[in-house]
Amino acid sequence: MIYHLLIQPFAENEAMRRALAVSIAMSLGSAPLGVFLVLRRMSLAGDTLSHGIFSGIAIAFVIAGGISFWPMTVGGIIAGFGITVFNTLVKRNTILKEDSTFAGAYMLSLATGVLIITAHGGDEELVHILFGDAFRIDNRLLFFATAMASLSLLGLAIIYRPLVLECIDPIFMRAIGGRGGVYHQLFLILVVLNLVSSFQALGTLMALGLMIMPAISARLWSNNIDSTIFLSVFMALISSLSGLLLSYHYSLPSGPSVVMAAGIIYLLSIIFGKNGVLIKYLPHHHFAE
Amino acid sequence: MYVKARPRSKCGVCDLKGKYNVLLERYQKACRRFIGGCVFMGAMFLGGQMKLELHDLTVSYNRHPAIHHVSGVFAGGSLTAIAGPNGAGKSTLLKAIAGIMKPSTGKIVLDGFKPADIAYLPQAAEIARDFPLTVLQLAVTGYWAQKGASGKISQELQDKAKYALASVGLTEFENRSLASLSAGQFQRLLFARLILQDAKIILLDEPFTAIDGETMSKLLEIIHNWHGEGRTVICVLHDLRQIRDHFPECVLLARKCVAWGETKTVLQNENLFSAKLFHEAWREDAEVCEA
Repeated sequence: MIYHLLIQPFAENEAMRRALAVSIAMSLGSAPLGVFLVLRRMSLAGDTLSHGIFSGIAIAFVIAGGISFWPMTVGGIIAGFGITVFNTLVKRNTILKEDSTFAGAYMLSLATGVLIITAHGGDEELVHILFGDAFRIDNRLLFFATAMASLSLLGLAIIYRPLVLECIDPIFMRAIGGRGGVYHQLFLILVVLNLVSSFQALGTLMALGLMIMPAISARLWSNNIDSTIFLSVFMALISSLSGLLLSYHYSLPSGPSVVMAAGIIYLLSIIFGKNGVLIKYLPHHHFAE
Repeated sequence: MYVKARPRSKCGVCDLKGKYNVLLERYQKACRRFIGGCVFMGAMFLGGQMKLELHDLTVSYNRHPAIHHVSGVFAGGSLTAIAGPNGAGKSTLLKAIAGIMKPSTGKIVLDGFKPADIAYLPQAAEIARDFPLTVLQLAVTGYWAQKGASGKISQELQDKAKYALASVGLTEFENRSLASLSAGQFQRLLFARLILQDAKIILLDEPFTAIDGETMSKLLEIIHNWHGEGRTVICVLHDLRQIRDHFPECVLLARKCVAWGETKTVLQNENLFSAKLFHEAWREDAEVCEA
């Protein structure tokens, strides 16, 4: 029974195995980055980047004349970097704060992407780009996704301390002459690379889900940055595993299934988490008797 | 300098050899004395001259000067308060010295100091206190200048950090989360971090806002300790009595520098009155400075 439910799909189906490998890579790469996005109150920035990538993919789609791997990957990376540079320039030279600049860029690039694709192609391609297909993973995507996951884990390990310091106390960082902005940009680059690597499997709309959802769920269980990161990776792994099985057994689209699994973990964390709702209604210690 | 006198076995004249050795020894001793003296004099010279100078300093927000044409000298090892009405540019002056704001004209000269010698404590509200870190983890960020992005914080340094936390009255707080601290406890934590930064110049921006009397006297004691250790401390304060009681030097700001020097002379009525007259609002038609 358990074998039939949990093991057999992967044992018998190569597409499932590939999907699992890519989701493990994505969980390891994205979830820690998601924790920093959440802690920096930059969930919206993540949103913007995933949609910014979408406009770049759309332009690459038109230039390449259809859905193909490398043009779309390169297009996504260029668009993602373009948007971070654009936002930094706007933030530095105007009165606008980061969240506003990201909201502006988000709308702009989403509209651009949808207009370009509908003008040059069909609804089918639009759905593919937005929602992805985890069961059509070729070797290129497999290698690219695992390479990006390794790169972002390594990169995060290198910039970890200054990034934490820049998050909590940017003024201190500037006063001691640390280049906080550089670490911030490096971090955004890692986010872009991860979003690009996950969009073909989960789609641009869902790529962010695997980054943000486990991070906010983990935050509800932990008050320490290290354990939050470990917990978020664990939750991302559980969500992608159960999401893939859900999608396999009930023939559901893979991206939304994975994000739905992460969503269920999120809902449970809201209720039962250490920083969640239920604990507020437990009797206080000093009212124990 | 310790050149061993080579035995001259070929030379049969023992007397000459002995003389040579004696001469060499004298020469070496003289050299050592001379170099030691030079180092000592250099240290005296540098130490005596260490200072932080402001030359005709103007710092602006959006091209409106918050302080203008401020000149003066903070002597190395001095303990100075910066006083002045709201909007007088006190915090701006500190930010400029800390290197966070760039002067629009004029300059700040660090004579004998490096930029890395400066530690800066901004006004309280600028730190993300909901970030999931422990008290000890934040305290050890004070080692940044020493350890950078990847240096290991050894057990010894951690013990030192715990000692610093104890000295501000945060014993057994090491593993508490930042979110669980009160405003006063958090300010004490920041002072512990300043202690660990071990900086030669310490800039404090209104460190006693929302702080109770007991904590304040503890923090004042730390400031006096820094002064005793020969560090240069510059502190923005509102409370004139506190300045008179604890700070030997004072700068009175009202966009320009009204007075600078010994606290007694600076905080005289006429100076305070002229500081009060200063116009807080920006005027687009303000006359052009002659200076």
